[in-house]
Amino acid sequence: MEDLKPVGQSTRFVTGTWTSIKDVWASRELTSLLVRRELKARYKDSSLGIVWSLVRPLAQLLIYYFAIGEILGLARSIPSFAIFVFVGLTTWGLFVEIVQGGTTSITNNAGLIKKIYLPREIFPLASVGGALFNFGVQLIILILATIVAGQIPMDFNLLYAPLSLAVLIFFATGLGILLAGLNVYLRDVQHLVEVAIMVLFWASPIVYSFSFVHDKLQGNWLEQLYLANPITVAVLGMQRAFWVAGTTESTSQNWPDDLAIRLWIALGISIVILWIGQRIFSRIQGNFAQEL
Amino acid sequence: MSTPTIIHVEDVSKRFVMHKDKSIKERILNFTRARKHQDDFWALKDISLDIATGTTVGLVGHNGSGKSTLLKVVGGIIQPTTGHVSRRGRMAALLELGAGFHPDLTGRENVYLNSAILGLSRSETDGYFDEIVDFSGIEEFIDTQVKFYSSGMYVRLAFAVAVHVDPDLLLVDEVLAVGDEPFQRKCMAKIAQFQAEGRTIVLVSHSAEQVGALCDRVVVLEHGEMLHDGDPAQALRVLRGSFSDEQVRHEEKLEAEGRPEHHVVAVPQVSVTASEQDNAGIIAPRADIHVSVQYEVLETIDPWLIGVALETAVGNVVFRMTTRELGETLPLEPGTYALNVTFKNHNLGGGSYSVSVGMAYEAGATIQVVNPAATFEVADYGVGRGAIRLDVESSIRRIEAARAAGLS
Repeated sequence: MEDLKPVGQSTRFVTGTWTSIKDVWASRELTSLLVRRELKARYKDSSLGIVWSLVRPLAQLLIYYFAIGEILGLARSIPSFAIFVFVGLTTWGLFVEIVQGGTTSITNNAGLIKKIYLPREIFPLASVGGALFNFGVQLIILILATIVAGQIPMDFNLLYAPLSLAVLIFFATGLGILLAGLNVYLRDVQHLVEVAIMVLFWASPIVYSFSFVHDKLQGNWLEQLYLANPITVAVLGMQRAFWVAGTTESTSQNWPDDLAIRLWIALGISIVILWIGQRIFSRIQGNFAQEL
Repeated sequence: MSTPTIIHVEDVSKRFVMHKDKSIKERILNFTRARKHQDDFWALKDISLDIATGTTVGLVGHNGSGKSTLLKVVGGIIQPTTGHVSRRGRMAALLELGAGFHPDLTGRENVYLNSAILGLSRSETDGYFDEIVDFSGIEEFIDTQVKFYSSGMYVRLAFAVAVHVDPDLLLVDEVLAVGDEPFQRKCMAKIAQFQAEGRTIVLVSHSAEQVGALCDRVVVLEHGEMLHDGDPAQALRVLRGSFSDEQVRHEEKLEAEGRPEHHVVAVPQVSVTASEQDNAGIIAPRADIHVSVQYEVLETIDPWLIGVALETAVGNVVFRMTTRELGETLPLEPGTYALNVTFKNHNLGGGSYSVSVGMAYEAGATIQVVNPAATFEVADYGVGRGAIRLDVESSIRRIEAARAAGLS
C-alpha cells in the first residue's frame, strides 16, 4: 500500500522546486500529447496543413527583405541580407510563440484546469513544445537556404547555436510560465504582452545588424544596456552561427567581442528567471480553478 | 485489521474571495474602494474527514453547500485556505465528462489524450482501448472528429474512458445520469463492479435515490459545515430537515423585512396513527394506517388539491395519490379542515417511512410542499425484505430425474 501523500503543490520556495520538477517529469507523456493535440488541431481540416506554419515567417521575410533591405537600402551594408533577416526572424519567432502561447495557455485550458488536477506547468510547457516544433521546421528551411546560397555554416561558430537557443528557451519559458499565472488574475496581461512584443522586436538586431548600434553608441553604457537583453544576445549568437557572410564578407563589427561570455551569463540569468517564475506560478496556481 | 484510510482531510477550510473587477482600469478606478469590491465567504469550514478504502461515500447538500468544493479539494483542483488533505493511490476525477476532449480531434485521439489526462500511460491505454470503445458502443465513429458527435455519443465515450482508467479512488460529480437507459444501466453496473472490487468512490449527487442506493456513508453539508456523517437514511432525513429549515429561515427573513410570504393555506399538521401499534408506536403488519392532514384555509381559494405520498427512508416513493383521484372536492372557503386518509390492511414491508404532503391549484401551480410531514415505522415480519410485503408460498418439485442417472 502506498503512503498517504499530501494533495496539491508545495508552495515552499526551495523544497517545492524539486517536487515541481518531479511532477512535471512524471507528466512528460501527457505534455507531448498536449503538444501534438495543439499541432494537430491547428492544421486539421486545412489542405495545406503544416505548410501554414511556414507561410507567416516567409511572408515576413519577404516584407523585410524588400522594404528594409532593398527599398531602404540596408542590404548594401549587410551581406546575404535574406539569410541574416531569416535567422533573426526565426529566433525572434520562437521567443514570441513561447511567450504568447504561454501567456494564454492557462486561460485557454480553463475547462481542463477547473475539472482535473494536473501539474499546471505542463500547459505553458506544451506551448513551448509547439513553438519548438514550428521553429524546427523553419530551421530546416534556413539550413536548406544556406546550402542553396553556398554559405553552409560548418565551423566552430555553429556551437553558438545551442547555447543561444538554451538562453532563449529558458528565458522565454520563464516569462511564459510567470505571465501564464498572472494572466489568470489579470486578463490585461495578454494585451500588454502583445504591445511589449511589438516594441521589443526593434530592441534586438533582427532587421538591422549590430554594427549599426555599435557604430552609433561606440560601446557606451547604452550599448551595454542594449546587450543586457537576453533576446538580443541570443539573436546575435544565432546570427554568429548561421549567418556565415557576417564573418567572411563583412568588415564591420556585427557582434560584441565577448559574445560567448555574455551568452553564458544570460543563460545563468535565464535559468534563475525560469526558477523564480515557476516558484511564483506554483504559489498562485492553487487558486486557478476558482479564478478562471 | 481495520481498513486503511485512503483520504485524510484535516481541518480544511476554504475561503472564496470574489473580485467584482477584473481589469487594470477597474482596479485603478476602484483602488480606494478595493475592500468594498471584495466579497468573501467560507465555502468550507473546518471539515475533518477520514475515508476508508473500499467505501462509497456520498456528499449531499443543497446548492452552495460546499459539496462540490470539498470534492475539488480532495481532488487537488482547489487548494484549501487552511488545513491539509492527503490521499493515496491512483485517482480519477469525473467532475465533468469529456473535460479534456478536443473537438477537432478524432474519437481515437481523444481517448488517448483523455486517458493520459486521467493518468494512464500510452501502453496502458493500448491495452484498454478495445474495451473502452466496446463499452462506449460507438465503434463506427471512433475515427470521426468528436465535434461531429451527438451529445450522447460524446458523453458515452468520455464515461467509457473514465471508468477504464483503473483508479483506486473515483471522484464523481453528478455525472452518472448520462446517455440512454441501457447505457445508464451499464454505468451503474460498472459502479457496482467498482464497489465489489473494493475501490473507493466519493460522489456528489442531488438524487437522494442514487445516494441511498449506492452509498454506505453519507456526509451532509450545509453552508460549508458538516451537518451529518454516517448512516445514509439518517443523512437524508437530516438533509430534508435542513431543506425545511432553510424554508423557515427564508420566511422569517421575509417577515423581518416586513413583507411576510403570502399564504393562502397555513402549514398543515400531519399525524399518522394505526389500528394496531406497539408502545413505541411501531405499526403492526396488515393494520389500517390513518393519515390525518389538518389544514387551515386562510382566504377564499381557487380550486385546489392535496397530494399525499409515502416514501422510504432513502427517498423512494412507494405510493402517492391526490384528492382529485380520490374524488374529494376540497372546500374553498376559509376555515380549518382535516383530510383523513386510511390505508387499509397496509402491505408495507418493515422499516421507516415518511409522509409528504403537497398542495397545488388544479391549474397546476404549487401552493406548498411539506417533506417530510410525518414519519412512521412498520414492524419487520414474514419472509423477504423490501418496501412492500407480498404473501409468499413456495415449494420445490422435481421436473426430471438427473440425466446421468437415466443413462446408466
